[in-house]
Amino acid sequence: MKIATLANIITSDKNNGRMTLIPFLPAAFPEANLFWSTLTELSENGAGIIEIGVPFSDPVADGPQVAAASEIALKNGGSLAYILAGLAEKRAKLECGLVLMGYVNPFIQYGWANARRKKKEVSLVEIIETSLDILAEKLARVAVQGLIVPDLPLEESEIWLKVLKKYGLTLIALVGPNTSFEKMKNYAEAGVGGYVYVVSVLGTTGERSELPLEVTRTLTRARGAFNLPLALGFGLNSPRQLDYLPANLKPEAVIFGSSLIRHLEQGHSVAAFMEPWRK
Amino acid sequence: MNGYFGQFGGRFVPELLMPPLVELEHSSAKFLNRSDFKEELSELLTDYAGRATPLTFCPAFSAELGVKVFLKREDLLHTGAHKVNNTLGQALLAKKMSKKNLIAETGAGQHGVATAAAAARLGLSAKIFMGAVDVERQRANVDRMNLLGAEVVVVSNGTQTLKDAINETLRYWIAHQDDTLYCFGTAAGPHPFPELVAHFQSVIGLEARDQILKKTGTLPDYVVAAVGGGSNAIGIFRHFLNNQEVCLIGVEAAGTGEPGCYNSASINLGRPGVLHGQLSMLLQDEAGQVLPSHSISAGLDYPGVGPEHAHLAAIGRVRYEMAADADALNACCLLSRAEGIIPALESSHALAWVIKRAPEIQGRTVLICLSGRGDKDLDIIKNALTERGLKL
Repeated sequence: MKIATLANIITSDKNNGRMTLIPFLPAAFPEANLFWSTLTELSENGAGIIEIGVPFSDPVADGPQVAAASEIALKNGGSLAYILAGLAEKRAKLECGLVLMGYVNPFIQYGWANARRKKKEVSLVEIIETSLDILAEKLARVAVQGLIVPDLPLEESEIWLKVLKKYGLTLIALVGPNTSFEKMKNYAEAGVGGYVYVVSVLGTTGERSELPLEVTRTLTRARGAFNLPLALGFGLNSPRQLDYLPANLKPEAVIFGSSLIRHLEQGHSVAAFMEPWRK
Repeated sequence: MNGYFGQFGGRFVPELLMPPLVELEHSSAKFLNRSDFKEELSELLTDYAGRATPLTFCPAFSAELGVKVFLKREDLLHTGAHKVNNTLGQALLAKKMSKKNLIAETGAGQHGVATAAAAARLGLSAKIFMGAVDVERQRANVDRMNLLGAEVVVVSNGTQTLKDAINETLRYWIAHQDDTLYCFGTAAGPHPFPELVAHFQSVIGLEARDQILKKTGTLPDYVVAAVGGGSNAIGIFRHFLNNQEVCLIGVEAAGTGEPGCYNSASINLGRPGVLHGQLSMLLQDEAGQVLPSHSISAGLDYPGVGPEHAHLAAIGRVRYEMAADADALNACCLLSRAEGIIPALESSHALAWVIKRAPEIQGRTVLICLSGRGDKDLDIIKNALTERGLKL
């Protein structure tokens, strides 16, 4: 299957004068079957890239909305195995880019038992690397293009960058209001790719009525440090929140999770949610 | 590697938490070894918390077991457990860093109370995050924290226990890092907490080593401590690590002890994994989801363990064994009657190991870290005895 790279999807949208829309949805949410049809609807209603959440028992970067949805997703059987099995069947019909967003532990545990069998008496780092290798190979086969790992700072990401690169996957950096220009530069030089996830607020995921003014400073630093498109996330629930940003700081993409989850929980349609963002 | 004990440790946190962790790391390096900091902390530990704690020989308990048992009496410290060694240290560090607020997680409430006390003493505000289940079963400690002027925040997500309280404290810290320091309760979590907490708790071993040398003229054959997150254990072990002739025993909580039961024995029954910012031993399912933990002792009820313990287990320097709920309960009753000391159920796990192994270690000298007093556990002890058809 032939799918444009994450950067190409965003660039192509930009050339057509629009922002790339990146919804986030936890796997198996709101229900195990409904998840896949919701994904299709998102893709058909303007999502350029979809972030599938890999639910985890202890989501420290998430606010109440996403954390609660992740709990439901876990109860519904949301896991890497569920995602891989579903994508093997359905990926070809999804015309958008696809990345997984999840915490370190489920990713490194996916291939653990096999990694132990392959290599006896090796270091922990080697087991983790082999385990990630097993996962990345499978992800590449179903055209997952990147990973966002909110509890993986640059300092711990060396083997991740190495293994993902081997399979043509990209590690997407998360930076925020307290990330210095130098640190952003370090991320860029380490080889992160796709787009830069710019966290709008010093906090967890969740809707805010307005974005803090420091967003402009964060975006300014990110523009200077990265040669990648910027995707703004955390706190978004309306396109009007971006109105005050000067043209050169408008992000190339926007990410929304909590507001979409709330919308779906209230029984509204995907099309109705996406509509204001598509304008 | 930075922040690692052998292959364990690290700093698996959101990028947004890196700046406050780096700030804490730098401030620790700057202040901890300064003479004014050491003097102020020493004064707090002596005049406020009640250090040095005694080393108590147990004649009746020893005679019954055929083992020479010495207890390091952290139960006699202010607030009733070793926790205050760490909270005074971190609260003082917060003052030096010009932070106004302390936040902390608590399971049983001991660390919460110790944080609230240290904050009150040093003029800081304190906000304590506690799982809803723990709030229900540890009411008295919630009242203590409130009386000490701390705000108790009830955490109602996940399993509503310690691990979720830690998650919530980390979330809060992301948003309030400018004026707030996270006073972490055990020698676990992201770097530099495991090192920082071990540093403040190592006063236990420093004193105990000196005291037992004075009393017996030699080092003990065994040093035994209970391990949940592992702060009292690392505190007493550190000053014996270089003496290979001293056998170090960490005792994990096996839960009820039935096969497949929920437990808190991550080194014995878990495998490596990442939780709360650290790569360490972890109780988890096949897919890497963290399992609920259980122990009769709320202070050991944690699905992970500090990375230094995972390392000491991996290199074989410390032996980690298990004691079950019933063994700890029995040990608690035995020590209470033999010596007139009611141990916390946490420390009772260490006592239980000595009772079980007594036939193999006849005539040996054993130093046990009595990390806390058992008054807080009275209801649990009473209920557990009643369930077994026994009385106090």
